[in-house]
Amino acid sequence: MKQTISVIVENRAGVLSKITSLFSKRAFNIESLAVGVTDDPTLSRITIIVDSGNSVVEQVEKQLNKLVDVVKVRVLNEHSIIGRELLLIKVNATVTTRPDIMTICEICGAKIADITANTLTIELSAESDKVASFEEMMRPFGIMETARTGMIALQKGAAKI
Amino acid sequence: MECLLEQNVDTIFGYPGGTIINLYDELYRYKDKIHHILTSHEQGASHAADGYARATGKVGVCFATSGPGATNITTGIATAYLDSSPVVFITCNVGESLLGKDAFQEVDITGIAMPITKATFLVRDPEEIPDAMRQAFAIAQSGRPGPVLVDFLKNVTNPDVMIDYEFIPADNNRDCSAIRKLATDSAMSAPEIDTEDVEKLLDMIAEAKRPFLICGGGVVRDRADKEFREFAEKIDAPVAITLMGGGGFPGDHPLTSGMIGMHGSEASNIACDECDLLIAVGSRFSDRVALNPKTFAKQAKIVQIDIDRAEIDKNVLTDHHIIGSAGKVLSMLNAKLPQYKHTEWKEHILPLREPSKAPDLGRFTPQQILETIRNTAPKDAVVSTDVGQHQMWAIKYLHFRYPGQLLTSGGFGTMGFGMGAAIGAAVGCPDKCVLNITGDGCLRMNCNELATVQHYDLPIVTIVFNNGALGMVRQWQDLIYDKRYSETTMDRGPDFVKLAEAYGLKGYRVENVEEMQATLKEALAEGKACVIDCLLDINEMVSPMVAAGHDITDFLLREGGSVG
Repeated sequence: MKQTISVIVENRAGVLSKITSLFSKRAFNIESLAVGVTDDPTLSRITIIVDSGNSVVEQVEKQLNKLVDVVKVRVLNEHSIIGRELLLIKVNATVTTRPDIMTICEICGAKIADITANTLTIELSAESDKVASFEEMMRPFGIMETARTGMIALQKGAAKI
Repeated sequence: MECLLEQNVDTIFGYPGGTIINLYDELYRYKDKIHHILTSHEQGASHAADGYARATGKVGVCFATSGPGATNITTGIATAYLDSSPVVFITCNVGESLLGKDAFQEVDITGIAMPITKATFLVRDPEEIPDAMRQAFAIAQSGRPGPVLVDFLKNVTNPDVMIDYEFIPADNNRDCSAIRKLATDSAMSAPEIDTEDVEKLLDMIAEAKRPFLICGGGVVRDRADKEFREFAEKIDAPVAITLMGGGGFPGDHPLTSGMIGMHGSEASNIACDECDLLIAVGSRFSDRVALNPKTFAKQAKIVQIDIDRAEIDKNVLTDHHIIGSAGKVLSMLNAKLPQYKHTEWKEHILPLREPSKAPDLGRFTPQQILETIRNTAPKDAVVSTDVGQHQMWAIKYLHFRYPGQLLTSGGFGTMGFGMGAAIGAAVGCPDKCVLNITGDGCLRMNCNELATVQHYDLPIVTIVFNNGALGMVRQWQDLIYDKRYSETTMDRGPDFVKLAEAYGLKGYRVENVEEMQATLKEALAEGKACVIDCLLDINEMVSPMVAAGHDITDFLLREGGSVG
């Protein structure tokens, strides 16, 4: 089962490797990881997605809580989060295929970030499954390169961790 | 140095070097306030600081230089981490301008030590020194204790560097900003004990017909032996100790059922299997205790009392738990606990204990050595051990009475720990007799520290269980690997008597129980360090034994050594 763990940590060198080592020590694979500074510049938020059982996540949560650099940890319920990934994708686009690609972009809410005579670079911010299906839609045109961030997430409503 | 005095540090174990030279230069000025013990090897210093912490209950301090000095203490750090021993390790690294350039004796020790410490600090700015030191000591002692590493860049320790500094004694530093910041942090905040959890356990105890207690290392670490004893006597239940729990409950108490686990007594292991309520205090159900976590205490409701929330349900799923320090939780329980009687259950379990008198088997046995020690050495003698058969025999046949009396590497199982730990104990408790129980394999690992023992005139009696083999591994090979003794026979030097003499200590060789009695008496009367080399049969085994992963009553060897 995929689970989202949101961790607020001190924004300091070495903290990320401490956190990831908690996973590697137990041979758990991290599916995705996103790190960024928060509104408070001394703190960072790390969003981790793991595909593990409840007991595994519970153990990691407790171990995270013991780290001096960790301020807060919360395992987020998948039904009560807003989660987004960012995709940058470069596809082949000739004069003939360009309109089709742009129609798909419009339907999916993607934006054109760059254009050349033969390519389009597109950005899309959406939930993971939508990002995946957009990538599938682009495949027939010929994908040259993609870059995809890990998911970042916040709780729905007024709640905060 | 002032920061160390803040923390009431008067003893340091260490080894100097190029990058830490500024600290040692300063130490020269503080010679009358801080006693430095120079060991033969950094690993010895790390174990000594650990042994000092375990024996005295204070924080141990260890100095080492960068590079190889730092990597040499890593075994000591891991040993302290696995057994939750509060030690502050201080290393110095190369200067800022050389950092990350593979300079001479440079190593990323904060990176290396990360998974084996509670916290690491890399101090790059002199202004950070006081806060880093205060936090390091606070973290090492708080909650579940453990090692902390502070790595100073060499330029930070430069004598020309001046900082704004105010001396704040450790017992008065609650309000200083560094500690206040930690107090809001989950790593530091002492858990509030939930009174509902306590009430629930009281109800469970009232319902139990066959209660059974496990005294773990948490009882020892929290010095909660009195509370635990009252708790056990009120419930009137058999008590097993774990290896780390040795000293948490008196070994000669009528309720004691011996150690539990792989080499646990039949009484303890059977009690664990048949009890209907198991209360483990300060124990993490390691794989050497709960060999098979699925069938562990299968008839029982399992209750865990621990200060570390992360230990709850980690290895064994529990039915109930209380988070808090052993001493505080047990005091709360004791205040409300009536006196119970479980005579029938006790009469079923406790007679399973092996009689503690060594039988005459026509040869010199480990039990005879330990019986001699038990009858001859002072009752409060501190005992350090190394790892292997002699360690199991020592915990089985010696009776430990108070926390800090037994110093042993339980979690990490570090061969060579005993000599260092004995040095730490002898320095920390100069009024006590210190015995180092070791094997021939283990003594070979850190015998260089005999030089330290001799130089500081530490009256440590080292007793070598010399069976000419790595006995514990050999025992596995004997029972599980069809007697293929691969690389476990130690048919080689040195002659430990001559080795002792080479270090300027007295050496004795002992081949029977009468010699043992006479020699130990003489050695103790002399009050000097010595090595007693006890020659044993190569085929001696530790019994009982349950193989790893098996049910706790699935004995490979039974009490007394018969095949199970």
